[in-house]
Formats: sequence, C-alpha cells, structure tokens
Amino acid sequence: MCSQNTGADMSELLSYGFMRNALTAGVLVSLACGVIGTLVVLKRMVFISGGVAHTAYGGVGLAFYLGVNPMLGAVVFSLLASFLMGFVQRKTHQRQDTLIGVMWAIGMAIGIIFADLTPGYKADLMSYLFGSILAVTKTDLWLMLIVDVVVIGIVALFYKELQAAAFDEQFARVRNLPVDLLYLILIAMIGLAVVMLMRVVGLIMIIALLTVPAAIGALFLKHMHKIMWLATGLSLVFTIGGLLLSYFFNLTSGATIILVSGAVYLIALLLHHFCRRCHE
Amino acid sequence: MSENTQKMPPLIEIKDLSASYNGERVLDNINLTVMKDDFIGLIGPNGGGKTTLLKIILGLLAPKKGSVGVMGGTPQEGRQHIGYVPQFAVFDADFPICVQDVVRMGRLGRSRLFKPYTDQDDAIVMERLAWVDLVDHKDRALSELSGGQRQRVYIARALANEPKLLLLDEPTVSVDIEARAHIYDLLHQINQHGVTILLISHDLNVISSYVKTIGCLNRTLHYHNEKEVTAEMLLAGYNCPVDLIAHGLPHRVLAEHGGGHE
Repeated sequence: MCSQNTGADMSELLSYGFMRNALTAGVLVSLACGVIGTLVVLKRMVFISGGVAHTAYGGVGLAFYLGVNPMLGAVVFSLLASFLMGFVQRKTHQRQDTLIGVMWAIGMAIGIIFADLTPGYKADLMSYLFGSILAVTKTDLWLMLIVDVVVIGIVALFYKELQAAAFDEQFARVRNLPVDLLYLILIAMIGLAVVMLMRVVGLIMIIALLTVPAAIGALFLKHMHKIMWLATGLSLVFTIGGLLLSYFFNLTSGATIILVSGAVYLIALLLHHFCRRCHE
Repeated sequence: MSENTQKMPPLIEIKDLSASYNGERVLDNINLTVMKDDFIGLIGPNGGGKTTLLKIILGLLAPKKGSVGVMGGTPQEGRQHIGYVPQFAVFDADFPICVQDVVRMGRLGRSRLFKPYTDQDDAIVMERLAWVDLVDHKDRALSELSGGQRQRVYIARALANEPKLLLLDEPTVSVDIEARAHIYDLLHQINQHGVTILLISHDLNVISSYVKTIGCLNRTLHYHNEKEVTAEMLLAGYNCPVDLIAHGLPHRVLAEHGGGHE
C-alpha cells in the first residue's frame, strides 16, 4: 500500500538526526516568522527586511575569513544593517529605497570578496544564500530557541504599543509612547529573525517566508494577534511541507519551501478575490 | 463657564512663532491663545501652514522662532492632555484592527507601558463609543466602515484619554455631506461638555456655521477672537476672496466690506 510505504518512509525519515533537527528548526523558525512577519507586513518593512538579509551576507563572508562561526558574523552584520537602515528610513527624507538598495548590494559584495580572500573549500557559503535546513546543528537550534524567546517575549510585552505605533505613529508619539525605541527594537528583532531564516531558506528567499504567511493572514483576519497565530501556523505548514516534498522528490529544501508558500499565497489571493465578489 | 475661568491659564499660548519647512517659511509671526471652552476653527488654503502649526503644538515639529506653551508647559509635557485627530490620509485603510482596539489606543501612555488594559479603560472606551454613536460597531473591522464612521472612531480615540483640548486636522476631508453635519454636531456637543476644540480646515463653508470663533491662516494668522470673517481676513488668508464668496459662504459669518458693523 502506498500509505504504508509513506509511513515506513516517515519513520525512516525521523530516525535521521539531521531530519529531526530540520523539523525542529521548522517549528522554531515558524514562531519568529509568524510574529515578526506580521509586523513587517503591517508596517510595510518588506524591502528593508530584504536589505537586512542581504547585508548580513557580508558578515557571513567576514566570519569565514576570520574563521569564526558564520552565524555570529551574520548576527553582527544583520543588527548593524538593521540599525543603519532603520536610521536611513527614519531620518532621511529622500531616496530611502535607493540607499537601502545600495547597502543591500554592498553587503552582498563584501561577503563575496571575503569569500574570495578565504583559502580552501567554500561550498558552505552557498548554504547561506540558498539555505540548508538539513544542515542545521544543535547549536543553531539553541540559537533559534533564544531568538524565539526574546522575540515573543518582547512582542507580548509591548503588543499594544507596537500595534499603536504600526497603525498610527503620530498618534502614538502624541501619547508619549517611545516610538523611536519601539522602532529600534522592532528592527533589531527583524535582524535576528533574518539570521534564523537564513539557515532555513537562505537569505535570497527570506523575504518570502517572512512575508507570505503574514500577508495571507492579513487577507482574511482583522486582528493583529490572530494574524500572528495564523502566520505561525502557515509558516509551519510551509517549512515542514516543503521539507518533506524536497526530501521525497530530492529537491533543494529552501526553494521547495518558498514555492509551497508562493503557491498557497496565490490560492489565497484568488480565494480572497472571489470571496469579496460573493459578498458584493 | 465657572468663576475661575478667568484665572485659568491658557491651554495653548503661542507667541511670535515662525516655522520653516524644506527651507521655506510656512508660518510667520503667529500669535494665538486658546482658552478653556473655546471652539476655534482655523481656515486657510492647502499649504498655508495649518498642519505645520498643529504639529508644532503637538511637539512633533520644532518651531524656528518663538514660543509654544501647552497646558502651561512645553508641547511634549502638555500634549498628554490633548486629544489628537490626525488627517484622514495618514491611515492605512486596510490595517487589520477593530473599532474598539483603535479607541483603546487613546488610553495608552508612557505610564501604561507593561500594564494591560483594565476594566476601567474598557468602560471609558465604551462610553466614548456611545458618544460617537458607534457602540454597535465596536467589533467591526475599521476597514469596513464608511469615511464618516471612521472619522468618528478617531474622535472617540482622541477623547479616550479625557483630554482638555481636542485638536482636529481637517476632520471632514473625504467624508460625505451628511456625515459632515453629523461630525460637526458631535463636536458641538463635545464642546458643550467642556472640551475645548481647535480645528483646522480648508473648508470654510462648513466650519463657519459651527465654531465659536474663526481665523484665517496662510503663513500669517488673522484671528481676532471673533466669529465673523472679514473681507480683509479672507483677502489676507486666501488672496482670492471672490472665489470663496462665489462658493456660497454663509452670509451671516461674512462681515460687511470695510468691517463697518464690528
């Protein structure tokens, strides 16, 4: 029987340590993705998130060159890029997208040059571009867990303020909320989420996994916290579903995850469109 | 209203204020005092510095010259007593949020960090929703409401912090005529309940029949604590009074040319 066959495959699958790690990573990443992705989508910070992701590659390259953990380099560069881009977006009035786009490219270029300067085998650098959820280590999982705890803790603590600042920043400012500090915290959380996602789908495809689940949620739900829950669930379905598909069809996991989410987004958009029509 | 009204310090006191935006002077030598129970409408053309003036009062922009006192302190100190209704256009129409949650934002403040909303907050939110006649819509998504209903939500939000002064930026833009009358009636009642109101608009026709006093703002302010708009004010404010009068200015607010009746 086909189902028995799959069942056997599944148990075989779970017997692999790397597969268990990959599935755990999928769960951990989905939590941060759903929560931060929702804020990114609602605050229209998709482009800036892409910029942060690509700039972080400079840190990966530098870490390789220096012989330290690439994740560490990615975290440092990602946070630096977050603050720099946040500053650009807040304090300059013109050509923000140009400046962010330029930083985006410079970060990538720095990463590539450092890779050139590093002697020896460099295939591992590719895994940061395209992701390799199957290569996730125990250390990575612990890092992801810490990021999750930090991100979820902060969002739970400042939920009403983050919502108010996302909805109407001027009003939040008049209410004397620390709007700039909240923005700084948010962008730092984006930086952390980006590093996490880099392991799973690779920095080239981070934008999709960060935004698609929340974008689908925002189509159908009218409460920010509900969107966060749905986005987390969807993100889980996409990563686990994509991972399994990639395993059974022998495909690149990161790209499969993104295509699964892209396909569901397309269906959701069509569904939303027809739902609206039915209502009218 | 009460006998100590006269002793009360002004809610807003602006002296010799000038401001620039992108290097261009948009406000020049403005003097304005807002006292308790005032209902002031400032009219002026787009680009006349109206929004800049509001932002300075709210401490969102710094003036180039002059002083601004809000509730006896700086704008940053005094603004917590202001209920602010921003211009319609600044909102993301699709933002997923329900009516009740928008109004709740009015309860936020620095002292409320780390503290969840209380039952008392919700009681006040419901009361404000009752004022603007939207209790039945409290759980609806903001994006499903009409322009007029949304504007009432923002007014309820501004009132949720029990402000001494309500500051409105173009409250009737993108609102149909019936809803406009509803909103002005509402503001009239709010003012009767002891909330001072300062609003700005480019829509002279409507506000002139509701406010207590009116001024013209176009880089300079022409405000004499009076209800009537003189031809000089219009001329100074708009530079084209004929056009405005042709649009059907309610005649009771327009003084005779030369101001002979004042």
